[in-house]
Amino acid sequence: MPTVKSVVCPVCGSLCDDIELTVENNEVLKVKYGCAMCESKFLGYKGEHRIKTPLIRKNGSLTPVSMDEAVHKAAEILANANYPILYGWSSTSCEAQRVGVELAEEIGGIMDNTAVVCHGPSILGVQEVGIPTCTLGQIRHRADLIIYWGCDPWSAHPRHLERYTSFTEGRFEKSEWKAYLQKVKAGAGRKKLASLRRGGFVRFQPRVQAPQACSVTGPPQTLKKEGRKLVVIDVRKTMTAEMADYFIQVEPNKDYEVMQTLRALVRDQELDVEKVAGVPVEYLEEVADSLVSCEFGVIFFGMGLTQSAGKFRNIEVAISLVRDLNMRTNFAIMPMRGHFNVTGANVVSAWQSGYPYSVDFSLGYPRYNPGETSSMDVLLRGENDASLVIAADPGANFPKRAVQHMVSKPLIVIDPHMNATAMLGDVVFPSAFVGIEVEGTAYRMDHVPLPLKKVVEPPEGILPDEEILKRILEEVRLIKLQRMKQPVEVAAQ
Amino acid sequence: MIRSETMVEQKLCVTLLSGRTIEQGVGKEQGKSSSLYFEACSMVYMDSGDMKKLGLRNDDNVLVSTDRGSVVLKAVKYPRADMPGLIYIPYGPWANAVCSDATSSIGTPSFKGTPAEVEPARGRIVLSMEELLKSEFGR
Repeated sequence: MPTVKSVVCPVCGSLCDDIELTVENNEVLKVKYGCAMCESKFLGYKGEHRIKTPLIRKNGSLTPVSMDEAVHKAAEILANANYPILYGWSSTSCEAQRVGVELAEEIGGIMDNTAVVCHGPSILGVQEVGIPTCTLGQIRHRADLIIYWGCDPWSAHPRHLERYTSFTEGRFEKSEWKAYLQKVKAGAGRKKLASLRRGGFVRFQPRVQAPQACSVTGPPQTLKKEGRKLVVIDVRKTMTAEMADYFIQVEPNKDYEVMQTLRALVRDQELDVEKVAGVPVEYLEEVADSLVSCEFGVIFFGMGLTQSAGKFRNIEVAISLVRDLNMRTNFAIMPMRGHFNVTGANVVSAWQSGYPYSVDFSLGYPRYNPGETSSMDVLLRGENDASLVIAADPGANFPKRAVQHMVSKPLIVIDPHMNATAMLGDVVFPSAFVGIEVEGTAYRMDHVPLPLKKVVEPPEGILPDEEILKRILEEVRLIKLQRMKQPVEVAAQ
Repeated sequence: MIRSETMVEQKLCVTLLSGRTIEQGVGKEQGKSSSLYFEACSMVYMDSGDMKKLGLRNDDNVLVSTDRGSVVLKAVKYPRADMPGLIYIPYGPWANAVCSDATSSIGTPSFKGTPAEVEPARGRIVLSMEELLKSEFGR
């Protein structure tokens, strides 16, 4: 059967580019090398949850209409709106995002992407203090200390460890996969022995207790091991934390304190307290020692920092910690971007308007002031009078009060699947899957652009996001042109 | 009065976290209207000790309430470790029925670290996505 090799996976910000697909009769039959999410996307794209035709809400329910009717209705809504929001953009190609910026400028709306609810604070932190970062290739080959802070790649970026960090075979650093397997086997053996002992089948007691790898009951020996070290800092023990050489469990909303403590310890300052955010200072001293003594370390951070108390201040201090560490050794920091092209959405928005997200075109020129021009705040204040949502699902992922305002005004949705936002929409466009049915460009979390492949043809009549946006833009321009002509004609009569 | 260890409490004050799980990731790629997504997101991970305090067993329904609203979810024991005082709901419309929308004036809501209350809700059903959207947004 024909196989397509080196396919870039359009799911998360890791953009794994080694996927192998078996395609027959315009259908993906088998996925090789992908994670569970990748497999779910490549095998589920054709499922029963797709939107098959354009829909318009008539008498309270979504009714199938022609593409021309839907395009006209959407363009009419946008051309009539004073302050529309154009939100989403993170699961589509850079080419579609570029048309989106043009449309936002044309209608004087807000161009905002999903960064506003995830790594927007990271961008604000970077704008405050800059960012010492690198590509994932550098990390794969050279990093000997990996820190995941407030993120769980095993759940959100399943192949991140395997492709870029601890479990990858780099040129200068070796994979820790075998050591991890041994640790798992030893752990399983200990559990079995304990179970047998409880049942009374085994009577002996071990003279020396083996140290627990991921325990917070005492400073671990594992931080002094040879090879790559993996540290996880989180408010709960995640699967990634179970894989770690050292796991630090901090109290919720107190990451800022822990980071400031590490900054003090890295500068050899002494602390007067015994615990910070529930973590004994002696453990943090161990971590600070390993931070300073590594050859090349990297901090990956996620929503645990950006969505908890402190938000962009957490990121600012994390970057400052990395800056401090660069005085003593080599260190880099990188956000774990979620959607496969959210980085691209920031890049395209920045190169076209000067700002990476929450760009307001209502005054005729781009303005950027998250808190004022961010779609979330505009919705919560009830200011916008229409919304266009593309390649995202705020219906499911925005807080209730924001969605309540969104659905009280005309809502246009462009998405391949019938998601929560599409169910709430007034005009719904089915679109082709970028990276499966349409080619395009996407940016990996380390800002490396990669080409997305087209492996199958889209269903008949289903257009790519870029095409739908271009048609809406043309129609908006036509409506505006007609309106400009109308007063002249009336005056002439 | 000295409270007995085994006494079942009516309500528990906890900190609500929301975030990703691999099941939620697989469900969202399958389709938001799929049963996989419903099962992955209409649940709440709880500490086993906290569940015992409320007299809950695995898969019992609970009512999670915050100052933003309340939602009925299926309580599941967190398998990895103890996390007393914490509950974890995967991202989705069920989590957003109760999560804080405070943006700290920078646009990003506080999806993690919201004070919440949990109480048993036997006899009450977990709403499907359609039902939940209908009850919250009238569509």
